Amino acid sequence: MTSTNKLLLEAKGITKYFGTITALENVNLKVHEGECLGVVGDNGAGKSTLMKVLSGLYKPSAGALFFEGKEHVLDSPKDSQNLGLEMVYQDLALAGNLPIGENIFLGREPTKNIGFLKFLDFKKIQEMTSAHLEKLKINVKSADQKVEELSGGQRQAVAIARSTAFNAKVVIMDEPTAALAIKEVGKVLDLINKLKSTGVGVIVISHRMDDIFTVCDRVMALFQGTNFAESQLDKTSRDEVIGWIMGKK
Amino acid sequence: MKSLVGLWEKNKMDDKEKKQDSLYVKLIPYFEKYGILLLLVIMILVMHILQPDVFLSWRNVTNVFKQISWQSMLALGVFMVIVTAGIDLSVGSIMMLSLMILAIVAKAGAPWFIVVLVPLFAGFLCGLVNGLGITLLRMPHPFIMTLGTLYIFRGTGNLISGGTPISGFTDEVRYLGHGRIDLTWLGLEKSQYLPVSLVLIAVVYFVFWVFLNHSRTGKWIYAIGGNPSAARASGINVNKILIIVYSLCGFLSGIGALILAGRTDSGYPNAGLQSELDAIAACIIGGASFFGGRGTVLGVFAGVMIMGILRNGLNLMDVSSFWQQVLIGSIIVLAVYVDVLRRDFGTRK
Repeated sequence: MTSTNKLLLEAKGITKYFGTITALENVNLKVHEGECLGVVGDNGAGKSTLMKVLSGLYKPSAGALFFEGKEHVLDSPKDSQNLGLEMVYQDLALAGNLPIGENIFLGREPTKNIGFLKFLDFKKIQEMTSAHLEKLKINVKSADQKVEELSGGQRQAVAIARSTAFNAKVVIMDEPTAALAIKEVGKVLDLINKLKSTGVGVIVISHRMDDIFTVCDRVMALFQGTNFAESQLDKTSRDEVIGWIMGKK
Repeated sequence: MKSLVGLWEKNKMDDKEKKQDSLYVKLIPYFEKYGILLLLVIMILVMHILQPDVFLSWRNVTNVFKQISWQSMLALGVFMVIVTAGIDLSVGSIMMLSLMILAIVAKAGAPWFIVVLVPLFAGFLCGLVNGLGITLLRMPHPFIMTLGTLYIFRGTGNLISGGTPISGFTDEVRYLGHGRIDLTWLGLEKSQYLPVSLVLIAVVYFVFWVFLNHSRTGKWIYAIGGNPSAARASGINVNKILIIVYSLCGFLSGIGALILAGRTDSGYPNAGLQSELDAIAACIIGGASFFGGRGTVLGVFAGVMIMGILRNGLNLMDVSSFWQQVLIGSIIVLAVYVDVLRRDFGTRK
């Protein structure tokens, strides 16, 4: 299916140095519409660095990013968001002291003008939040609940809801099921499948083979900062992918 | 790692969720919001019982407001900084430097509207220096930058004034700190006036309440305190917001200088000495969390009032100022302990 769908995001020859350390070297990546790409690799293989480059948090030392066929230079996460590229971070990147709705719209709050002053439109935030959570079938007591009062799975759901609130085309998820209770993992994976069915391209970084083999269409392995192996999911096996993580083909 | 463990424990607690929804838990948010006002009301009642003739008299009440007027400006500024999980130790020095500049400009014979604007501008610039230092110089913690400027600003104030008081301002300059709004048209006596500084406190606090709760920038200030990396990942320019916060804190200290100039009719080297600690204390008593992201403008106002009433009441009862120090210190510890308890009960761990 992937080859026929439109190519959304492509990274070519991404290289990233931190001082004398080479975190990434000549890494390539592609993701299509409605496709889920799994990215695996050992700790320090460069997965998180690659995602931070894709989201505009880090600037690559070399290489280029293409979005829908056009080259883009990302100066900040704002740039990638404007393109429709969203990131769900491992540490969830939610402000626990704020309610769900305000987290989902953080940095992009709807406002209303009163005279020449702009005020937050709390009513609109609440309406949009409820509608969006409803769409993704995410159950919470109310959009006014503070995020710190939620369970890990609910927080992850809010983080994913946040990433898709603005018609995202590509969503990147860093270990979306780490730190979740087993019964919550399934809900999050369902949510990822739901995103795929709406045509969103998803990149999932995960250590968990169960996750990869439940939601992904294609899997690629990074090893010591380089592309190590890549395959359609139905043409590989868990044992082979685990081997890639350890640097064995 | 800590957060991972925290999340895991939270999941464990899912099953217990229903049990937790007791009346007690439901009351916590209200307690969190209005508990400090309750304390304030209790204090007022106690003081009234102890000093029935004096404490709630028109004269004494306006006196309390006049006394807290400039401290309330510093506390509000420091509060915004604390919400971002920062700290500003330099507010007392900013106020002193702004006051000295005001005095010098006034003595040089500048028109009153210039004299009034100068401390606000000076305070803003001092705050800007703090903000730029913290962000551009990448100081490991705002404590260090503002500890440095605590000395720098006060030293500068002494340098430009020669370390001697400069006294005598015009009525226009003194209006905000010393002015009276006559209420005889309401049928009140001449002595029952409204201090202009009280109106100023109300206006400034209202404006900043709107700013912090109803503007995007205000929301982002809370977000930065809640989780700076979340704010950054949301595309918020964290450094820019921090610079705004420290600049506004300096600006409020400048307003404090203007009020103090009105009250004392003098620029003096010891102005605002250690007042940064009072400002921090008021924020903490008022429920602001040092970890950032928590606290309300109303709470800070209550914190300032509690400290003001405590001092005033103890003075009325002729209690030694040494006891005042002991009591204020105890209230700080108690207030933070209540915050610790609230964290234990109020949020999942």
